[in-house]
Amino acid sequence: MPNSGPALEFRQVSVRIGGRLILDNLSFTVEHGQTLTLLGRSGAGKTTALRMINALLLPTEGEVLVEGRSTTAWDLIQLRRGMGYVIQEVGLFPHFTIAENVGLVPRLEGWPEERIAQRTEDLLRQVGLDPDEFEQRYPRQLSGGQRQRVGVARALAADPRFLLLDEPFGALDPVNRLELQDQFLALRDRLGKTSVFVTHDVREAMRVGTHIALLDRGHLEILTTREQFLRSDGPEARAFLAALDQGAAINSAGLL
Amino acid sequence: MIRSDLLDEIAQLTSEHFVLVLVSMGIAAAIAIPLGVLLTRRPVLRGPLLGFANVVQTIPSLALFGFLIPIPFIGGIGKRTAIVALVFYALLPILRNTLVGILGVDAAVRESAVAMGMTGRQLLWQVEMPLAARTILAGVRVATVTTIGTATIAAAIGGGGLGVFIFRGIASVDTVQILAGAIPAALLALISDGGLGWIERRFSAA
Repeated sequence: MPNSGPALEFRQVSVRIGGRLILDNLSFTVEHGQTLTLLGRSGAGKTTALRMINALLLPTEGEVLVEGRSTTAWDLIQLRRGMGYVIQEVGLFPHFTIAENVGLVPRLEGWPEERIAQRTEDLLRQVGLDPDEFEQRYPRQLSGGQRQRVGVARALAADPRFLLLDEPFGALDPVNRLELQDQFLALRDRLGKTSVFVTHDVREAMRVGTHIALLDRGHLEILTTREQFLRSDGPEARAFLAALDQGAAINSAGLL
Repeated sequence: MIRSDLLDEIAQLTSEHFVLVLVSMGIAAAIAIPLGVLLTRRPVLRGPLLGFANVVQTIPSLALFGFLIPIPFIGGIGKRTAIVALVFYALLPILRNTLVGILGVDAAVRESAVAMGMTGRQLLWQVEMPLAARTILAGVRVATVTTIGTATIAAAIGGGGLGVFIFRGIASVDTVQILAGAIPAALLALISDGGLGWIERRFSAA
């Protein structure tokens, strides 16, 4: 149901949890096909902002619009089934095989079994796992990197219009992280998903985002394209860019 | 010297005992498991309900059987009163383990389930119950073993079962009679513990 307006819009969103202001008057839009990275330190409100999009949390004030409709007006089940969700802890069902985990949302949506099986195989291949080897295993038999690949496959299974990722590769070793970032980029470009990607790693933010929103203690510091982000001069942006400079000597080739 | 009429009576009272326990456990599970699920959804009820179940457990069993006798509908003399008392005792372990089992489901798993658009019912039946099954069964096992012991007291209010031997043996200072009640009860408890433990281990996939 793509419409002419923005895919996502935060309108003066504030969130208060237990009297503490977590998000303060946040307003921004994400257009169809963009990848917005929400960058910030721990406790900046990134995860809270992400969880507003699939209505795991609702705004205390303001509203979050998905395809022009407020999350409070959506049918929650329908809203969430249109959004793939990947979190650092992965959250695979331990009592389901890998195939059952990946096929979960298609099965909830009532796809015929052959189509689910086909889709599961395709997706496992796309995230670099051999279906014959992995389909019948259980999550505890996989390494962290393999589990997160399954997590990504599961999020994509029912071909959602959105991908929401919360530090998805944060717990992985650097090699796996780089590989998964590449796979994410390839999948996103091919599938044209609108994505929101939470990270505290400025290099990851620059790598995967078309746009970067910098959050600082619940405020939106800036939202720019990643090219412009390099030229921003706010204090928090400079702090993150300093971290980027440190890594630039080793890892800048693909960025600029 | 064991006469054949004693063996017949052992068989008859053992099966009576077994039925008493089976019916009580069935009712207790049918009450405590849904109630435990309710408590996971309504934290405010946890204190009062667990408190009530705890208090019931502290009442000496003979006294509880006695208390129930004058109460209309659920009380009186006989099996029905015995079953009511046994159900009260069995509630706490099942209730507590249902609560603990469901709350013990990994937060990331639960969050994923909700975020992928599972309904409350799907979350319960496809995620929470399968993952909590082992813990819930452990509660049922503990409750069953204690109920088998407690059910011997049912004989005091005319509930029948192996307690009949024990009370008769005490009254007539007859060790054979006491053992005729105690040994089958102990065996019943051991077999139930082993059998339910085996089922429990089969839920170890998670």
